[in-house]
Amino acid sequence: MSDTRKYYKGSTDGKAPFHGDPLEGIEAAYDVVVVGSGLAGLTGAVILARAGRKVLLLEQHYNLGGLATWFKRRGGHIFDVSLHGFPAGMKKTCRKYWTKDIADSIARLDGIRFDNPQFRFDTEFTREDFVHKLQTVFGLSQTAIEGFFAELAQMDFYSNSGETVGELFERHFPGRNDVHRLLLEPISYANGSHLSDPAIAYGIVFGNFMASGVYTFSGGTDRLVKAMKAELERLGVEIRNRVQVDRILVEQGRVRAVVAHGRTIACRAVLSNANLRATVERLVGQEHFTPEYAASVSQVRLNNSSCQVYMGLKEGESIPFITDLLFTSSAARFDSMELCDLHTQSRTFSFYYPKTRPGLERYTIVASTNAHWSDWNKLTPEQYEAEKAALIQRTLTSVEQYVPGVRTKIEHVEAATPRTFEFYVQSPEGTSFGTKFEGLKPSMTMHEQVRGLFHAGSVGIIMSGWLGAANYGVIAANKVDAWLHSLVEVNA
Amino acid sequence: MTSEEIILAIKDIIQTIAPDEDLSELKTDVRLRDQIELDSMDFLDIVMELRKRYGVQVPEEDYKELATLDGCVAYLTPHMQGKTLKVGV
Ligand SMILES: Cc1cc2nc3c(=O)[nH]c(=O)nc-3n(C[C@H](O)[C@H](O)[C@H](O)COP(=O)(O)OP(=O)(O)OC[C@H]3O[C@@H](n4cnc5c(N)ncnc54)[C@H](O)[C@@H]3O)c2cc1C
Repeated sequence: MSDTRKYYKGSTDGKAPFHGDPLEGIEAAYDVVVVGSGLAGLTGAVILARAGRKVLLLEQHYNLGGLATWFKRRGGHIFDVSLHGFPAGMKKTCRKYWTKDIADSIARLDGIRFDNPQFRFDTEFTREDFVHKLQTVFGLSQTAIEGFFAELAQMDFYSNSGETVGELFERHFPGRNDVHRLLLEPISYANGSHLSDPAIAYGIVFGNFMASGVYTFSGGTDRLVKAMKAELERLGVEIRNRVQVDRILVEQGRVRAVVAHGRTIACRAVLSNANLRATVERLVGQEHFTPEYAASVSQVRLNNSSCQVYMGLKEGESIPFITDLLFTSSAARFDSMELCDLHTQSRTFSFYYPKTRPGLERYTIVASTNAHWSDWNKLTPEQYEAEKAALIQRTLTSVEQYVPGVRTKIEHVEAATPRTFEFYVQSPEGTSFGTKFEGLKPSMTMHEQVRGLFHAGSVGIIMSGWLGAANYGVIAANKVDAWLHSLVEVNA
Repeated sequence: MTSEEIILAIKDIIQTIAPDEDLSELKTDVRLRDQIELDSMDFLDIVMELRKRYGVQVPEEDYKELATLDGCVAYLTPHMQGKTLKVGV
């Protein structure tokens, strides 16, 4: 490695300082303030604006998008953070709630590959292809496979048996750790699912996710978020970045205002896209909820976080097409704990070719792993830098196996850790995928505790990822709109 | 609004949600879901549009009443009284 290669500190390299008052010119009151511009906040805002509501969107970061984000580095490098792939349903969601142009830019990935000591193949990532692989590669009977799919299909949100994913797998495919790996590994990367999570959450996600291919956004995350911003502006949403909301003010059991930058902005509803626990515990305050509800929220477990290594090829360098998404591991067996280990041998590679940003002849590679906040947070500054450097080295060694000689073409490399994610989106413990399953109920019933207070954002495993978050924004916005509608009826 | 108008109102909303579906052959007594591709998010959209266009608020526990076009007519008739049909908005 050359000495000129630069390591960014990741968790401390600046969010740019702001100049002047980021709230200058806003009005005194809004129908609804949306706190946070993740995909749930953005999509909630667009629905409310179309319903004719006066919307203020406040985001603490200088970009919109939350975890759906990108960053640039010297040398013309652009890195996407969470554009590895999403389910086909995103196209319909964007068509209905955003614009035709956004929906039309959603394109299917050409290649998805698994490579681990138990199996190695390319897959279409469709239901048919998984059935085919389960038969031909894993040697399972048609009956066993159909039995599993049939059970998933009839899983009902309201009949949660308490069974775990691991138990479900063991019942259908006893002792077949390789099959368990195929069925869970991609979903673990997509939403942090573990073998110990409820089978029901898995059942709901599997049907949407491992069914009809993996999709991406042509033009990159920056193009998507810019298009969303333009649509919000067209609809008259007031958008302010670099505005940290400090408090959501509640009086007599009802939302009255938000406090940000020392200003109190009146509103009749708040749609919080901040993390569930942060919303209840930091922004509103537990005293405004029933003790049972507050206790249930404080017990909600956060999902795991991530590490990433971003590798940018020097301008003019290229690599041949390998695949788009590579699930790789050198761990002999699949194990949810191994996936999150500080020194995990399991990671995904996303390869970005010029087709990602048509017109730019650039190649980048992003490696992602699951990770635990506690492993990274306890490190001293020296240990932290050393672990990041070691993570980068392990990743470069791994990528060399798939793209021989790529090391010399890589001009920029840097790593992100749970601390980086915590720093940028302020999610507690840097959670990448919100909360575990039990977070869903308090999120969906928040407005029953405080009138006018709604939550949308990654919760409960099933409402996570780009599609889950966007759809949840719609579901929550419908409730917000109904609440505002009921206020008008009372006043009339 | 008459029954025919309510059906027109619903069909027009569905057409904006599912622009590629042909709605001319829809039967009124068969579940909408069984005739065209509508998922639970689509039903939410119908509810939102009813509120936006006609000021009709359908509570969550009543969503099931909207399963067929006949069901829509029966459920919505009292709520749509005196409202004017808005299509193509
Ligand atoms: C490394 C990684 C890779 C991923 N890859 C994929 C993928 O390939 N496909 C996929 O579908 N999903 C992926 N995901 C998951 C997906 O990105 C998230 O589930 C989704 O983007 C979350 O959206 P959200 O609306 O819940 O909130 P977030 O994106 O968490 O946004 C919340 C926003 O609120 C803001 N905020 C919080 N508190 C405040 C406050 N007090 N005041 C103002 N603003 C505030 C934050 O700054 C942030 O912008 C990935 C996640 C990670 C971390």
